[in-house]
Amino acid sequence: MLSPADIDALWLTFKVASLATIILLLLGTPMAWWLVRTQFRGKSICNALVALPLVLPPSVLGFYLLILMGNRGLVGRLTTELGLGTLPFTFAGLVVASVLYSLPFVVQPLQTAFTAIGDAPLEAAATLRASPLDTFFTVVLPLSRSGFLTAAILGFTHTVGEFGVVLMVGGNIPEKTRVVSVQIYNHVEAMEYGQAHGLAGVLLVFSFLVLLLLYSTLKINPVSPLK
Amino acid sequence: MTDSIIAQFKLDYGTFALNVDLQLPSSGITVLFGHSGSGKTTLLRCIAGLQHAPQGFLSINGNLWQDSDNKLFLPTHKRSLGYVFQEANLFAHLTVLGNLSYGLKRIGQTAKTEKFDQVIELLGITHLMERLPERLSGGERQRVAIARALVLNPEILLMDEPLASLDAKRKQEILPFLTRLHSELNIPVLYVTHSQQEVAQLADYLVLLADGNVQAAGLLADTLSRLDLPQAQDRQAASVWQVTVIEHDPAYHLTRVAFAGGELSVPVINAALGISLRIQIYARDVSITLEVAKTTSILNVLPATITDIVDDEAGQSMIRLRVGSQPLLAHITRKSAHLLALQTGMMVYVQIKGTSILN
Repeated sequence: MLSPADIDALWLTFKVASLATIILLLLGTPMAWWLVRTQFRGKSICNALVALPLVLPPSVLGFYLLILMGNRGLVGRLTTELGLGTLPFTFAGLVVASVLYSLPFVVQPLQTAFTAIGDAPLEAAATLRASPLDTFFTVVLPLSRSGFLTAAILGFTHTVGEFGVVLMVGGNIPEKTRVVSVQIYNHVEAMEYGQAHGLAGVLLVFSFLVLLLLYSTLKINPVSPLK
Repeated sequence: MTDSIIAQFKLDYGTFALNVDLQLPSSGITVLFGHSGSGKTTLLRCIAGLQHAPQGFLSINGNLWQDSDNKLFLPTHKRSLGYVFQEANLFAHLTVLGNLSYGLKRIGQTAKTEKFDQVIELLGITHLMERLPERLSGGERQRVAIARALVLNPEILLMDEPLASLDAKRKQEILPFLTRLHSELNIPVLYVTHSQQEVAQLADYLVLLADGNVQAAGLLADTLSRLDLPQAQDRQAASVWQVTVIEHDPAYHLTRVAFAGGELSVPVINAALGISLRIQIYARDVSITLEVAKTTSILNVLPATITDIVDDEAGQSMIRLRVGSQPLLAHITRKSAHLLALQTGMMVYVQIKGTSILN
C-alpha cells in the first residue's frame, strides 16, 4: 500500500504538474501564435530552441539549469538580488525547470492547431469589424479548442513523468522536490519493491487513462507532437 | 468627389504587378472582369485592406480609407465594408445566427431589426438560423455569407467570385438573389468574376483587367461592344440591352419589349407589363441588309448605323452598330461585308434572329 510519504510525493507531483501546465498555457499560447504568424527570418532558430527539450537528455537540461539558477549563474544572481534566494532544490525551481522541460509538448500542438485554422477565418473576422485581439479570443481560441486540450494534457502528463531534470535541479527533498518518479527510484534503491509497485502502478494506470481519453473522446490522432 | 469610388493602387511582387487608377460609380454593380492572374482579386483585397499596396489612394464616397502619401491606411476592421469570399468562409464554431450576429455585435446592433429580417428573407435563409455551417449545402453557405456581409449595411459590398466554387445548379440558385439584391438594395457592389455570363447578367459598369492593368472601364453596353477589346472577338461576343415589357401576344407566344430607341419581339416572357429586364443578343445572331427585306422570316428588323468594323484572321468581320442609342454587335463573313460594301457611318438594317432573357 501507499505510505504517507508516497501520498506526499503524489500530491507534490500533482501540484508541480498543474502549476507548470497553467504557466505553460499562458506562455505557450502567445509564443505559438507568434511562431505561426511571424514573418521574422530567425523563426527557425526560435522553433529549434522550443523543440530542444524534446531531444536533449533531461540531465543535460537539468545541468545547465542548475548552473544558470545557482548562486553564480545569471538567473541565480538576479533572484538573489530580488531577495528570492536561489531556485535549485526548491519547489519554485522545480516548477521553472518543468516549464522548460515540457515547453515543446504545449507549444507544438498549439502551433499545429493555429496553422490548421489558416488565414481565411481571420480575414472574415476582419471584414466583420473584429480587431486582431478580438479575433484571437472569439475565433482563434474556439476553433483551436482541441489543440488546447491536447497541449494541456501532454504538458501535464509529460511533467508528471520527468525524472532526470528533477534529480539535477530539485534533488530529493521530501514534500519540496521529491516527486513520484524520484520516490519510485528511492524505493527501488532501498529494495522496497512492493512500495515501488504501488506507485509505479498508479502512474501506469493514470498515464494510460489520460492517453485513452485523448485518443478516444477527443478523437485526436496518435501522432507525436513533433510536426 | 464625395459620391464616387476612387481607387489607385501600385504594387509589385516581382512576378506580378498591379497598377490601377479607377473612378467607379457609387451605385449599382461594378464587375471586375479578367482571367486568372489579371489582378482582379488582388485589387479587391487592396480595396478591403486585406492586402496593403505600398502606394495607394482609396476614397469611398468621400471617406478616405488609404492615402499612402499621408501615411494613412485604415485597417480592414475599421472599414465599413462587406466582403463575400470565394469559399463562404463561415465561422465553423458558430450557428448561422451566430455568424450573422458576429459583425452586428461589433457595430453595436442586434439581429432584431426589420433590416435583418428583410435580408435573411431576401436570401431565403430564414429557416436555417440554428444550423451549424457544416450542416448547410454549398449554396446555402454562400447565401449566409452574403447575408452576413449585407446585414452590416456597409458603404460598399465586395464580392470575390462568390459563385466560382459552386456547380451550375447552385449558381442558378444564387444568381436570382444577386439580381434582386441589385434592384432592392442601395449599396454599391464590386463584383469579381471571370464568367461572361455573370458579367452579362449582373454588371452595370464593367472594368476589364489584364496583367494587373485596367484595359477598359465603362458602362456595360459600351464596354462589351468595343471592338478594340478581346471579348468582342470572342465567338460568344454579345450585346446586352436593358428593355421594358410593353405587350404580350399570347396567340404567337411572343412578348413585345421596348429599348432606348425602338421595340423588339422576343419569345414570351413571364413578366408583368412595365417590368425592366435584360436581354442578350449574340453577335452571330445578327445579320445585316441594306434595305428592309419584304420576304424574311425574321421578326426583328431594325434601322441601324455602322460605327466600326474589324476584320479577323479567319475571314470574319465584327461590325459595331448603333440601334437607337443602343450599341449592337454583328458577326458576319468578310465576304458579305465586302459584297454589301459596308463602311463606317452607313445606314443599314439589322435582322436579329434570336435573343435570350438574362433575368
